[in-house]
Amino acid sequence: MEIIKGRAFKFGDNIDTDQIYPGRFLDISEHSEIAEHAMEGVDPDFTDKIDEGDIIVAGNNFGCGSSREHAVITLKEAGISAVIASSFARIFYRNAINLGLPVIEIKDMKVKEKEELIIDINKSTIKRENGEKYSFISFPEQIMEILETGGIINYYKNNVEG
Amino acid sequence: MHAIEKILANKSGKDKVQTGEIVNAKIDLAEVNDLYLQVIKSFREMGGQKVWDKDKVSFVFDHYSPAPTLKAADNHKQMREFCNKQGIDKLFDINKGICHQVLPEAGLVYPGMILAATDSHTTTHGAFGAFGTGVGATDLASILISGELWFKVPEVIKIEINGELKAGVMAKDIILNILGELGQDAAVYKAVEFTGSTVEEMDIDERMVLCNMAVEMGAKTSYIEPDHKTYQFLKDRINVEYDPIFTDEDYEYDEVYEFEVDELTPLTAKPHSIDNIAPVEEVKEEKIDQIFIGTCTGGRINDLKTAAQIIKGHKVADGVRLLVIPASDEVYQKALDAGYLDIFIKSGATVSNPGCGPCLGAHQGVLASGESCLSTSSRNFPGRMGSTEAKIYSVSPATAAISAIKGRLVKAEESDLNGDN
Repeated sequence: MEIIKGRAFKFGDNIDTDQIYPGRFLDISEHSEIAEHAMEGVDPDFTDKIDEGDIIVAGNNFGCGSSREHAVITLKEAGISAVIASSFARIFYRNAINLGLPVIEIKDMKVKEKEELIIDINKSTIKRENGEKYSFISFPEQIMEILETGGIINYYKNNVEG
Repeated sequence: MHAIEKILANKSGKDKVQTGEIVNAKIDLAEVNDLYLQVIKSFREMGGQKVWDKDKVSFVFDHYSPAPTLKAADNHKQMREFCNKQGIDKLFDINKGICHQVLPEAGLVYPGMILAATDSHTTTHGAFGAFGTGVGATDLASILISGELWFKVPEVIKIEINGELKAGVMAKDIILNILGELGQDAAVYKAVEFTGSTVEEMDIDERMVLCNMAVEMGAKTSYIEPDHKTYQFLKDRINVEYDPIFTDEDYEYDEVYEFEVDELTPLTAKPHSIDNIAPVEEVKEEKIDQIFIGTCTGGRINDLKTAAQIIKGHKVADGVRLLVIPASDEVYQKALDAGYLDIFIKSGATVSNPGCGPCLGAHQGVLASGESCLSTSSRNFPGRMGSTEAKIYSVSPATAAISAIKGRLVKAEESDLNGDN
């Protein structure tokens, strides 16, 4: 995978799917429209603040709550390139991999709001602006393939039917 | 092996499996609710033509029923067309209710099966000894094509619950207590089994509450060992052969927790997290605008019966809106026949059609900024039921009912349940 570069946007523990994507917008199925509501339940101005490629850095249990795939779609479509968290809720984690959004577990990563991070997925490292490096457990081969092909749909096309 | 491991082994064609192993398991029932037109979109993008087995696929219109928006109406329409084209006859339309109530009532849930659905509360079906788990839309789409899904064999946490509940204390209070003690990330990636004398004594309705809220601890699935009450529930509903699956006696659990519930009192999860637990009597100052009795956690017949017993002959307090939404059409009919709906309507409550209703802030009772709500549902995240400036207290149906007539958050006493209040 290519190197991911983006600014860090910090959030706390237990950021749930209602905060990531409020339930009242669940009847929307157009991805570009879903993107407009990213993180609206915790920061209504979030989509105005971020640029393409920015990164979310959060605490424990990110994505807890509903099974709603909208929560991943909204982040991805809004331009978020990766989520780093101390831990992830199970369904969110699966959905993120399925849709090709890198989700990286690092316990209590130190980071300043809006500092630039460089994630090297192949080397499983993250570099801060001050040069400090974090490493994470590398993705299993199958997961890497899914991420590299941009999600399970493409992976499925390439591997199951092809 | 644990029963959950045996289910995964059976369904993946293995003699045995181990914790952490990844298996490809055959799915016995895949259910899609009306939030996820994305399932059909992903199915098509993946090149899907026909679903792998039309008899193992179900659609349930519960979150947006009847359709409150044009978009929701269009989603329903496209899903109906999909079912029609695919020959899927297990479409439960807007008149049926919440999937986790409708599917067991329709005889589609049984011990030893794997049920995957696009709803996190699919853990509910552990109450029948089934492996129920929530998945996203794209995972579900891949099941529609292949009939299989990969799972990591989870560690199993055993939660033993013993003792006799006091009057006015319900399964909801037990699970809130467990959440308060263990925290909302205690079972992430893991499975939770509920056992003990209290669970044995519980009816199916109450067992479903425990399994339903296992997901609020992050659980992948949950399990209660099937017994005569399970078989009794299934007796006239099921038309398939099934083999209940039990845990080996020498199985060693990853973690074991014991809870004594003799002295347990009614609890509430305060805003804005489900493990922010306090005894009801310790939360006094709160003004209440809305009280909601319903959902896949707290809208079953036992919940409505308990609430009706408390409310009978009383009026909802001034300034309080009481919403009652039965979990399914079967629950609705039973509540009607038993006179519970009459009691609610005479008290001044608003009774709506079966479905998820305002639990997810979609419709039928959304909260405004600054409002407070008591809800028998399982989630009180910021903005869950509407405004992020609203407060949600998660409570039992008994606490919701007595609070509705008192106009403040209070617990039910034994005399309240006997209609003496």
